[in-house]
Amino acid sequence: MTISPATAFERPAIEVVGLAKRYGGTVAVDGLDLAVHRGETLALLGPNGAGKTTTVECCEGYRIPDAGTVRVLGLDPRRDAAALRPRVGLMLQEGGVYPVARPAEVVQLFASFYADPLDPDALLERVGLDDARRTRFRDLSGGQKQRLSLALALVGRPEVVFLDEPTAGLDPAARHRTWEHLRELRTDGVTVVLTTHLLDEAEELADRVAIIDHGRLIALGTPDELTHGDRDELTFTARPGLDTADLGRAVDVEVIEMRAGRYVVHAPNDPGLVARLATWLERHDVRLGELQAGKRSLEQVFLGLTDEDPPADAQGPRPPAQVPPARSAGSPSDASPRQRSDSPEVGA
Amino acid sequence: MTAGVDHPARTTPYARAVFAQARMEARLLVRSAESLVVTLGIPLGVLVFFSSVDVLPTGEQRPVDFLVPGVLAISVAATGLVAVAIQTAFERKYGVLKRLGGTPLPRWGFLAAKGLAVAAILTVQSALIVGIAALVLDWRPAGGALVLPLGVGLGAVTFTAIGLLLAGSLRAEGTLAVSNALFLVLLLVSGVAFDAGALPPAVAVVGQALPVGALGEVLRVGASGQGVALAAVGVLAGWGLVAIAIAARTFRWEP
Repeated sequence: MTISPATAFERPAIEVVGLAKRYGGTVAVDGLDLAVHRGETLALLGPNGAGKTTTVECCEGYRIPDAGTVRVLGLDPRRDAAALRPRVGLMLQEGGVYPVARPAEVVQLFASFYADPLDPDALLERVGLDDARRTRFRDLSGGQKQRLSLALALVGRPEVVFLDEPTAGLDPAARHRTWEHLRELRTDGVTVVLTTHLLDEAEELADRVAIIDHGRLIALGTPDELTHGDRDELTFTARPGLDTADLGRAVDVEVIEMRAGRYVVHAPNDPGLVARLATWLERHDVRLGELQAGKRSLEQVFLGLTDEDPPADAQGPRPPAQVPPARSAGSPSDASPRQRSDSPEVGA
Repeated sequence: MTAGVDHPARTTPYARAVFAQARMEARLLVRSAESLVVTLGIPLGVLVFFSSVDVLPTGEQRPVDFLVPGVLAISVAATGLVAVAIQTAFERKYGVLKRLGGTPLPRWGFLAAKGLAVAAILTVQSALIVGIAALVLDWRPAGGALVLPLGVGLGAVTFTAIGLLLAGSLRAEGTLAVSNALFLVLLLVSGVAFDAGALPPAVAVVGQALPVGALGEVLRVGASGQGVALAAVGVLAGWGLVAIAIAARTFRWEP
């Protein structure tokens, strides 16, 4: 990717080109390209071991890429660390706080590292740690620890924030609270990269979702783009083990049991199809669970693209949820996944 | 609320950052009860107990004259080798070092803060030891107004380097065990708690070549008004240089 001087000010906040990283014989990231625009919230979604944390840690300067380049705010995360660190906030998967330190003193300490930090007291109040400011870190609940880590990521007024599984281990209420903070960041124009394996989290928060598996980008797009596949299909749930061959003949299109009890009908959604489906279900006394037409859930996209949960029914001629990767709204060229080895090709 | 998007000029306030980190380190060192037992309890206990109870061979001197330099050496080793090593090892284990690496506090700033925290703790320790010795045990050194502080300072660098060497290469539990064991062995073979003449000669020689023995020698010669024990200073500095060289290569910041 070449950047002309005229457009340099619009340069993405984060540019990852051909990133490759292996640990011993294990390939963690395998030729990843990604651009995150300023002010954008991007979710890196993928199963455990997909390479999400390695990618983020290359951006944070913790890892040296084997190949490829990483630029954050136009800077090299390792070479330009002194210039970059004041502008970046981060949250590691593990707390990284002294077990016997108290939230108030840790936030105060981190505030002193930055030229123009947030007010520590106000920040503690905002993340809901007001009552726990004098509690030792090791005595905090999991949710409180995560919220303190979030406060430490934000205290320096960062322009870019990396959050590695910010809601891991949180109960639903605490998760929604964290989501609120992350939405505020987006409102404020902060660029946010978060990793998650929670589909609803990605769908809820992200401007764009990058699905990563085996160290490769396999899909990239807005949640809408990803969930509106380019093929018509209708999905429904019912009791497992329906005679899909017979049903297929009745509705005149192929029906596949994707997972036990979840069926996909590959056909344009028209009233006649729904009527024939309903008739067949009535004749066989099958109670319908959910019926969804057109838009698929991110979960379906995800399961179709990653091989974490292969389809239960393998008789179909093609995998049920195989969609071509969606294109990025902003920059089409960086959106297509590449299948390439870790060539040392560098751009930018 | 909060965004930093319109704050292009960002200069890290290094001095403020280092002092804040040093304050935190010192507070945590004091907050840990185990660490206090080692850094204050053991040295002061050795001093008071063995000055009052004449059971240890202390050579021809009064027990207190023999013990104060030795106890100072013990306290330096306790802080640098044991307390700093253990605290740093657990900082590494819990990802604190990694997390700090993601802040604008540079690594030299982190090490400077450790040094300042050690200096602060040692100042308090030394003042307590010298104060108790002078006021309660009637200790009247013949000299050492310069040699004692400088010797303690050199010792602090050496033992902190050894402590960081352990913390940066071993697992936290390993550091805990090894630093305590080393401390005990050094204390016994170095002729600081009792006169080396009571040890088998071979052990005594080894003890003098080890850093606690060398520091004890520097401080004892200084306190007796005989100037600087150059050979011992060389031994002490040599250990420090070796430890720094190895630690610089092997120190791992991540868990």
